[in-house]
Amino acid sequence: MNRQLLRKSEELFYRVLMIISTVIIIIALLAIIISILVKGMPSLSWSMITQTPKGGYYFGKEGGILNAIIGSLYLSGGATLLALAVSLPLALYMNVHKLKQKNVVNSIRFFLDLLWGVPSIVYGAFGFTLMVLLGLRTSLLAGILTVTLFIIPIMVRSMDEVLKTVPKGLLESAFSLGSTRSETAFRVMLRQCIPGIITAILLAFGRAIGDAAAVLFTAGYTDYIPTSLSQPTATLPLSVFFQLSSPIPEVQNRAYASAVVLTVIVLIISIASRGFSMKYQKNKIK
Amino acid sequence: MRALVLTNFKLRRNLREKLSTFWMKCCYILVLAMPFILLTGLLIKSSLLFGEKSLTELIFSSEWKPMSGKFGFLPFIISSLWVTFISVIIAAPICLLTAIYLTQYARRVVLKIMQPVIDILAGIPSVIYGVWGIIIIVPFVSKIAGWFNVHSSGYSILAGAVVLAVMIIPFILNILIEVYKTIPIELSEASLSLGATKWETIKKVLTRKAFPGIISSFGLGVSRAFGETIAVLMVVGNVVHIPTGIFQAGYPLPALIANNYGEMLSIPMYDSALMLAALILFIVVTIFNMGSRYIIIHYEKKI
Repeated sequence: MNRQLLRKSEELFYRVLMIISTVIIIIALLAIIISILVKGMPSLSWSMITQTPKGGYYFGKEGGILNAIIGSLYLSGGATLLALAVSLPLALYMNVHKLKQKNVVNSIRFFLDLLWGVPSIVYGAFGFTLMVLLGLRTSLLAGILTVTLFIIPIMVRSMDEVLKTVPKGLLESAFSLGSTRSETAFRVMLRQCIPGIITAILLAFGRAIGDAAAVLFTAGYTDYIPTSLSQPTATLPLSVFFQLSSPIPEVQNRAYASAVVLTVIVLIISIASRGFSMKYQKNKIK
Repeated sequence: MRALVLTNFKLRRNLREKLSTFWMKCCYILVLAMPFILLTGLLIKSSLLFGEKSLTELIFSSEWKPMSGKFGFLPFIISSLWVTFISVIIAAPICLLTAIYLTQYARRVVLKIMQPVIDILAGIPSVIYGVWGIIIIVPFVSKIAGWFNVHSSGYSILAGAVVLAVMIIPFILNILIEVYKTIPIELSEASLSLGATKWETIKKVLTRKAFPGIISSFGLGVSRAFGETIAVLMVVGNVVHIPTGIFQAGYPLPALIANNYGEMLSIPMYDSALMLAALILFIVVTIFNMGSRYIIIHYEKKI
């Protein structure tokens, strides 16, 4: 009888622990979002997101972070496009051309997972070495190249996860109708998976916009909106970081407001990609 | 005429096929070569430093005086180890318990609610985690240090570890959920039919089966935590010394690289030293990654 009670109470004990840890995770997320909003909302104003820094901005005078917002969008947009040109063909190659050669596909997956694990600061350091080698200066272009390297594994792996789920029969019928491998890849597979692929692109875009370590060395920082690829550019994460390290309270408050802007952008991307993957569930040919 | 159009069409199709396959192969080679390119790039840059000192001398010396050419990485390596392991120790039980709860006990609705929570946590930029750390975790750690009669500004190893723990939770949790989901249902049915309680089944059957997966998920967590830069840099204090307690400031390797990029070209050998730091990061992270992936692959074959 006693033993029975012990068994039951042990289970109960662990179930309570489980619920506590689940709740901890939810609370952590809420704490992050709420604390950022509470700290940042009071200093967030319209002029902050529509103006570039004016003279004396970093001493608490007027201006905004438009340079960082636009810079981040340019940088992540460019990097996402470049990465797309490498990732989409590679993901299709793995799932159409090399479908039968499991070893090849698995080795690519292994390498991609390794690359995914490499910290962005290492990409940043590598990008910097490359820049010195090529004689480039800190610029939008150098930033884009570094971030591209950093998001390629993320993009390929998430596209691969989507393409993997396509039933073999679809491929076989495309082949049996006489289409070449690349036609099957781009006209059948791509069309079948387009919502999932958009999700993958958005995911990579979100990563690119949120990363600070890779652009720290390569993109530089400036108060102006870049007009060409060879100019340095500001980015949102770095603008949060730099403003926060200022001793002046007004500037620090603006850092919190910039953090709100960044969080909102990332949340929008996250919700949009969720929407696309929901749609994907509905339209899939099974 | 018709034949000509047809051959033309065939040629174009062929060309298109050839071109796209060629481009795909290029991308394929790029990805396979990438780790080696990264490695050689960092190695070439940092090898300048090896000319003067041996690797062991660099790693086990604690003297960091770039101006006089003394580069001892020990304080940074020790700080990195402290922050990483404490964060994994905090995150691991939370992830394990949550994964078991979500896959074994909770109703489907709960998993449906938690999935976006995990995704959003995973998507929050690290600088935001850093800001959160400064707003909430740092003052909190300072208060806790007060309870232990230790004076601390709060910018400490512990603050870094807590922020990191929250950052790696979604990462570890996603893998663990997958691991528990892939265990065949028959296994738990057999155990339950023999009279074991649900918890006993989880503890003695499922978790034993999932053990390699659990270990590799923690390994991946370690590698993720080891390389995290901005969030840790913002809360960890950045003082060059060998930390002896969790309430002291630390200075992990990634923070070292990120903090000094500005002056690294003005001091001789400084850039090589920072590239060596990046190289150490790359190697440690890759070893942990490869080990964990190997265990996962091995384990998948068994099922």
